[in-house]
Amino acid sequence: MEVKKHKGSEEMSNNEGVIYRISGPVVTATGIDARMYEVVRVGHEKLMGEVIEIHGEQSVIQVYEDTSGIRPGEPVFSTGQTLSVQLGPGLLTQIYDGIQRPLQTLEEVMGVFITRGVDADGLDLEKKWEFEATASVGDEVSGGQVIGTVQETDTITHKIMVPPKASGKIKSLESGEFNVTQTVCTLDDGTEIQMMQEWPVRHPRPFNQKYAPDTPLVTGMRILDFLFPLAKGGAAGIPGPFGSGKTVTQQSLAKYSDAQIVVYIGCGERGNEMTEVLDEFPHLIDPNTGKPLMNRTVMIANTSNMPVAAREASVYTGITIAEYFRDQGYDVALMADSTSRWAEAMREISSRLEEMPGEEGYPAYLSSRLAEFYERAGRVETLNGDDGSVTVIGAVSPPGGDISEPVSQGTLRIVKVFWGLDAGLARQRHFPAINWLNSYSLYPQSLNQWFRDNIASDFPEVRTEISALLKVEAELQEIVQLVGSDALPMDQQLTLEVARMIRVYFLQQNGFDPVDAYSGVEQQYAMARAILTFQEEAKKAMAAGAVLEDVVNVPARIELMRARFAEGYLEKIEGLVEEMVNQIGNSVEAQ
Amino acid sequence: MTSKEYKTITDIKGPLVFLEKTEPVAYGEIVTIRLSDGSTKNGQVLDTSDDMVVVQVFEGTEGIDRRAGVKFLGDVFKLPVSKGLVGRILDGAGRPRDGGPDIVADEKADIIGAAINPYSRQSPHDFIQTGVSAIDCCTTLVRGQKLPIFSASGLPHNDIALQIARQAKLKDSDEEFIVVFCAMGITAEEYNFFRADLERTGALENAVLFVNLADDPAVERLITPRLALTAAEYLAFEHDYHVLVIYTDMTNYCDSLRQIGAAREEVPGRRGYPGYMYTDLAMLYERAGIVKGKKGSITQFPILTMPGDDITHPIPDLSGYITEGQIVISRELHQAGIYPPINVLPSLSRLMGGCIGEETTRDDHKKISDQMYAAYAQGRELRGLVAIVGEDALNERDLQYLKFSDIFEDKFVRQGRDEDRTIDGTLNLCWELLANIDTKYLERLDDELISKYHPNEKKE
Ligand SMILES: Nc1ncnc2c1ncn2[C@@H]1O[C@H](COP(=O)(O)OP(=O)(O)O)[C@@H](O)[C@H]1O
Ligand SMILES: [Mg+2]
Repeated sequence: MEVKKHKGSEEMSNNEGVIYRISGPVVTATGIDARMYEVVRVGHEKLMGEVIEIHGEQSVIQVYEDTSGIRPGEPVFSTGQTLSVQLGPGLLTQIYDGIQRPLQTLEEVMGVFITRGVDADGLDLEKKWEFEATASVGDEVSGGQVIGTVQETDTITHKIMVPPKASGKIKSLESGEFNVTQTVCTLDDGTEIQMMQEWPVRHPRPFNQKYAPDTPLVTGMRILDFLFPLAKGGAAGIPGPFGSGKTVTQQSLAKYSDAQIVVYIGCGERGNEMTEVLDEFPHLIDPNTGKPLMNRTVMIANTSNMPVAAREASVYTGITIAEYFRDQGYDVALMADSTSRWAEAMREISSRLEEMPGEEGYPAYLSSRLAEFYERAGRVETLNGDDGSVTVIGAVSPPGGDISEPVSQGTLRIVKVFWGLDAGLARQRHFPAINWLNSYSLYPQSLNQWFRDNIASDFPEVRTEISALLKVEAELQEIVQLVGSDALPMDQQLTLEVARMIRVYFLQQNGFDPVDAYSGVEQQYAMARAILTFQEEAKKAMAAGAVLEDVVNVPARIELMRARFAEGYLEKIEGLVEEMVNQIGNSVEAQ
Repeated sequence: MTSKEYKTITDIKGPLVFLEKTEPVAYGEIVTIRLSDGSTKNGQVLDTSDDMVVVQVFEGTEGIDRRAGVKFLGDVFKLPVSKGLVGRILDGAGRPRDGGPDIVADEKADIIGAAINPYSRQSPHDFIQTGVSAIDCCTTLVRGQKLPIFSASGLPHNDIALQIARQAKLKDSDEEFIVVFCAMGITAEEYNFFRADLERTGALENAVLFVNLADDPAVERLITPRLALTAAEYLAFEHDYHVLVIYTDMTNYCDSLRQIGAAREEVPGRRGYPGYMYTDLAMLYERAGIVKGKKGSITQFPILTMPGDDITHPIPDLSGYITEGQIVISRELHQAGIYPPINVLPSLSRLMGGCIGEETTRDDHKKISDQMYAAYAQGRELRGLVAIVGEDALNERDLQYLKFSDIFEDKFVRQGRDEDRTIDGTLNLCWELLANIDTKYLERLDDELISKYHPNEKKE
């Protein structure tokens, strides 16, 4: 079947201009009547580009592929379309570049190196899917309403929706085998609906209304869920210098968080890190569904050495795909590693445009672009009336680790969760190297009810106690630095031991440990409780004459801490704590 | 191809020449400039339009005047490649420097290099034994990795790089590396040192050298590493070689980049370096790796000197954001007379996790290296405390850790310039040294490993 190819199909209208200037990824053309953000084809090789500025006769174009060898005078064609993605069954398990070209297809066409001038559809247009109609002929439908489903992977049912702008009465609707460009439904007014929709990436997709978040995105990382929780539909920033754990944290979130769909954007980072995800995810099991993780994942990889303009676009491509799944009523989590590389792409393009620079050479619109991006996160009522959410977690790579720079600051002004990675902790191999003293989450208030209802009625109080202990420790440490710990009174020495237990046993969590990398919230609570129990019992014992050293070294406490590396820990905690309490009691008698 | 010569230079500024009234010139096109004394220089188009063309001149603009003739060669920069590259010494622009004939090209390869499709990469996982304990145990090098040396002026990074080049091998394999060496703005003395060492060990016959020295044109340095990597890619992916690319000094490269940026009056980023330096460096460093369906590999060992010993300077900072770890050389250890003065604490190999363990190195590698690291880190921290409160304030545990940190530097880090330790030897040494600490304080080791390897607890 002859199919319309969305990115390469444009009629070569009279709308053709010529190249006037080429400066790296920025090309200026004259004689072309293009609109802002319209996709154009540049040069004899028809490289893909996007109009980003218009002055009089001249259109300035950012080109998504390498421009070496292109000359002034070569033609430029307008397409009449804005940069869009193809949405429909076939997105899951895919890995795309920044402009939604499947990397697998590129490999088939070009081999292992990415050359240029190749188009590729985001979806497989030939593949047949089993479409099951869920609406009926005669129903009045409008944009965003679900008319049928496709079982896309084992775990994910893809909902086929009326495109946002269409509405009317269903004239025909058929279940059966279709590819994504075949019409499955027609409306009264003749509108034909296919399983594939296209959506311009720079426009947020519509919804009915935004809700305040009230459910946590459970990540299985203790320091995150317990101390600095992120809400489904919220946004978080993870700044940190190189080597502090941004990527490992993002990958852990992609593996273990209880989102139903994960969109992972490797934006201007390492090629091998994407390869690692590709190697690993098909073999990893989602702890929430028991199915391979790949089934719920879409990846975008525009690595540091791939064209910067496509890097700039990658973030939009990703968030549009995320919104599309949100519109189907799913909880989607999007990770962008790293948003700083996206901002740098903006800076690079802006500097080629000779725009007036703002701080550190970034364009003056940097903070508004960051805000617009994070604003696309949220928990919403979809056009279909369902609940859906997009949670965004952006890594930030501040130069020299100093977060006073514009991208970190612009991010922190918007996001409600700040997970601050710390080079010092990473250097001590304390992982995740999230600094518990300066990180924060503004969500606990809205999530407390959930934690009380689903985990324990005193969950927020336990959290407060744990974080208070960590604060006290930080103050005591300052004194220890001056006089040594032996000079402290016994009760303060105990506090230091308890805080040490919090750090080593609770906060530290090796992202590569086969068991401990994921810790359910119930287990987190039980562990926190165990620490507080230790504190209480130790106090009692010491008041009755026990020696701190003996109390700390009771074998059952060591065992309690070690046992977390073996399966089935949650069930064992109670028994282990009981044993610990006994042994601490005995340490009094031993006196 | 245009072979017409233009005499339409309007401006000359720093390393840049501006011309007008040309026929359409391609972005990135190669240019030759004929000076009035008959000599020629080479350059490349940085910006092109109907009205104006900007050319960056590799050899600098000295001696160019407005009467100079400019020819556009119709193509982007390409390196003639063939197996005949092996054993040759070329200059920073790819011309023979060893008095030998021109390279007879099998093909001409674009030196910018295309990005490897992330889907087509293969995760590196083969352990490389460098024979240097601090690296093999704590910052393990993997075949296909890009692992820079972060050093500073006056430190023995060259000796370390050469020692690694000499000793690097896969465990239980005689597959060898060939070295592609790329000099950017280093002194003749440094270069001779490298060359003599490669000659001494016979590696030179199997190496390709690209040499741009301190008194060679600065702008040329922007293409030298691209030539070296193009040669490396050809040898690795067309001829199945395992290539070790050593390039030094990245700091000189970045300074040339800054010079071009300044001449173009670009808005500078941090410390005057261009805002696109991250992307530019990535286009070098990311040319390391292994790809599906090819036998060869490219391992990169860039050397950079940190200005002012400052790891947050943009050159090490941006490099660290791209490379797969770093080996940090310490002035403090060097001054204490320790060779190789590698500080394992800020050093990191991001690929280590996937290449150590029972099947590749030894079952105890992961845990023993964690323990060595942790013990050393604690000991070092205690040195600071002891300076204030004295040793008396330390408990038994801390005292042992404190002592261990000296032993670690003296016995583990320190080794001879020609001392090639096997991985087994290195790991055994770890156990021997850790025996200086009570086992009850070795929290990262489990009983099973202790009874298998600990010299005092071993059950034979
Ligand atoms: N949660 C973690 N658990 C174990 N190791 C970690 C963790 N986070 C980071 N690391 C270690 O730190 C290294 C660097 O982490 P990475 O996430 O790549 O840093 P970044 O992305 O900030 O540069 C990793 O290779 C790993 O060795
Ligand atoms: Mg990272």
